[in-house]
Amino acid sequence: MDVEQLARIQFAITIGFHFFFPSISIGIGAIVLVLETLRVRNRHGKADTYDRAAAFWTRIFALTFVVGVGSGLVMEFQFGTNWAQYSAFVGDIFGAPLAAEGILAFFLESSFLGLLVFGHGRISSRVRWFAALMVVVGTLLSAVWILIANSWMQTPAGYQIIDGRARLTDFFAAALNPSIVPRYLHTVASALTAGAFLALGVSAWYVLKRRHLSVARAVVPIALVTAFVGSAAMFATGDMSAKQVARTQPAKFAGIMAIYSTSTGVPMTIFALPPTQRAADIPQGPELQVARLLSFMTYGDWNAPVTGLDQFPAQDWPPIALSFLSYHNMVLLGTLMLLVMAFGAYYLWRRSLFRRPFWLRAAVLATPLPLIAIQLGWATAEIGRQPWIVYGVMRTADGVSRIVPAEQVAISLGLLVGLYVLLGALWLYLMRRELGHGPAPAPGDGGDEAALDELPRHENALRAGQDVA
Amino acid sequence: MAENGFLQAAWFLLIGVLLVGYAILDGFDLGVGMQHLTTARTDDERRILMNSIGPVWDGNEVWLITAGGALFAAFPKVYATVFSGFYLALMLVLAALILRAVSLEFRSKERGRAWRTTWDVAFCVGSLLPAVLFGVAIGNVMRGVPLDGQGDYAGTFTGLLSPFALCVGLLSAAMFLMQGSTWLLNKTEGAVRDRARRTANLGMAATLVLWVVVTAWSRSEAPALWDGFGFIPAWLVPVAVVAALLAFPVLIRRGRVVAAFAASSAAIAAMVATLGIGLWPNLVPARDQGVSLAVSTTASSDLTLTVMLIITVVGFPFVLAYTAWIYRTFRGPVHLDEHSY
Repeated sequence: MDVEQLARIQFAITIGFHFFFPSISIGIGAIVLVLETLRVRNRHGKADTYDRAAAFWTRIFALTFVVGVGSGLVMEFQFGTNWAQYSAFVGDIFGAPLAAEGILAFFLESSFLGLLVFGHGRISSRVRWFAALMVVVGTLLSAVWILIANSWMQTPAGYQIIDGRARLTDFFAAALNPSIVPRYLHTVASALTAGAFLALGVSAWYVLKRRHLSVARAVVPIALVTAFVGSAAMFATGDMSAKQVARTQPAKFAGIMAIYSTSTGVPMTIFALPPTQRAADIPQGPELQVARLLSFMTYGDWNAPVTGLDQFPAQDWPPIALSFLSYHNMVLLGTLMLLVMAFGAYYLWRRSLFRRPFWLRAAVLATPLPLIAIQLGWATAEIGRQPWIVYGVMRTADGVSRIVPAEQVAISLGLLVGLYVLLGALWLYLMRRELGHGPAPAPGDGGDEAALDELPRHENALRAGQDVA
Repeated sequence: MAENGFLQAAWFLLIGVLLVGYAILDGFDLGVGMQHLTTARTDDERRILMNSIGPVWDGNEVWLITAGGALFAAFPKVYATVFSGFYLALMLVLAALILRAVSLEFRSKERGRAWRTTWDVAFCVGSLLPAVLFGVAIGNVMRGVPLDGQGDYAGTFTGLLSPFALCVGLLSAAMFLMQGSTWLLNKTEGAVRDRARRTANLGMAATLVLWVVVTAWSRSEAPALWDGFGFIPAWLVPVAVVAALLAFPVLIRRGRVVAAFAASSAAIAAMVATLGIGLWPNLVPARDQGVSLAVSTTASSDLTLTVMLIITVVGFPFVLAYTAWIYRTFRGPVHLDEHSY
């Protein structure tokens, strides 16, 4: 394998692994903030329950955050190590948001997380709430800067190429490039959803197992509403994002949708065999299409023309099968997620949620879906951008470090894969342990749970259901 | 485009400030980690060491991340050349820092002896290796890096491991050891504190000796660095290094541990400043006939430097304010409780 392939594989693995953790952090952070707010305001006189819930989910946050920090460290330096030509070419524009992330966001979340986790007994209740707020603000600001950098690679703006280097000419045009708004909203919506699904899945599992009931029942509605709103927002923002891609990155859009020839009134493919790179080789098989829907969804006109791959030379095409499959499976998972949460929201509204063990089980099983969908979404965005590292400006092949020997990249790839397998396994193991322990018992020996367990099953569930109101 | 000498100099200085901040703050974290196996012997002692940096290590590491980002933004060619040139060394540092980070979070989650010992070793090695390798990298920059016509690294991995560079690696490890011990003098009590006091003096002595050796050796290994010291007032900076190091044991003997921490930090800051004076106007001098990566030739556009300066001027006072407030909140010796590691 040559250095470019190795560097690509290493980047894909390191970013893919890294991205699990900030996604969860953003979502769980938001849940912690809601719990902290309810604790401070002593809602329903249940400050203690919210306190234990917040402390528990803060522990999960911290465990996740540290793996994100570690794997994020690699990201900060990997542009220089493996993509030196790219770095020298775009540093004028791309470096600034990374530095700004440190100064304006990462210091904030790291410093206040220390306060949130270790501050017990040293800070007041309100300061603890404020620390949670700053952590969440930090995670959301972090995402702003990282997505500015990444979106600039998708839709570069506000620059000029002088002496073979991209030079910033308009900061606001570069930062507020055409894809930043939909991509930021879509990413944050999916991260909130990922955290909410995790909090919901775990709490639903506790309810099913009749453990830690007071905390679990307090978290379920919060997580469910977040998961429902987040899933719906993913569709809304995904729609914005797709429209933007069609407008600003037509070859990427054609690849994702596997549109080979330009035409009007283009159908939306719901299901098909994986497409191929050459139109002539497309496999024949069962497929499901909705007539004219793609034209309508993209341009609001059933007969609008959609640019096909035939408008671009083949060397500018993205890998079509991978883009198509990532995108369509992402949408499939998103649909599934929204469906489960729509039922959940309905049951919650009808106050029958805790009498629905089938739904609770579905919520447990659905826990990892957003995380998989997020990986597929990133694959769609980044594979769809190929063969460009900066869309239409610099090819990925031209961005790789010239002077790093392939065997050194192979060594680092082996090192990082080994390390990440270890970290991933340890994270899962320790998560299982933390979830097994659950939140701290209520003072007075978890009295409410003991009392609940003495009730007959249906009555128990009824009481739990009423409590949601 | 990139013409404004003031902006470029400001960013040379600011990267230096970020590196000083990192060396002082994560320096004590790394210094604590390096002596984790020796200064702390029982399980509780080791927990105390880890918890002494628990609330702050993560924020301290952000100085490194920010320095990396700032170098990328302000001097992209330097970021690209140094990190691709020092490829394997940097990957080792990153792997070590990752292991070190998770060892803090993971160690006390299980009771088993083997589990805890494994993470104790990971914490120690994960601290020692970056401490040495950061110095080795600096040593290479000091003696000049082989660069080709396009300003890319033209050397090998083993070429990075010259005796001089390794000596600078030992210096940085000694300096962090001193810094970490002084932190522990402020955060621990009893037997751990007694051991930390001995390590502090050892670290100071090693730092002083190695600093003198490196400085003398640089006359032949890195003669260009001495040019900046033709300007006589510049000598105040290395003199400050020696003065701070000599004041250090006196302050410790008198029990003035906060002042000792300040002296150790001042010594580190002055060492980095000495290096900065020597390097200017280059960031990475070329060895042999190559063209050095100078501040003026590698700087980003004036617009980028201006935008970043605004972000820094607006954002950094807040960072310093809440960082100081958090350190104040956690001042005093560590006591273990249910929320500790």
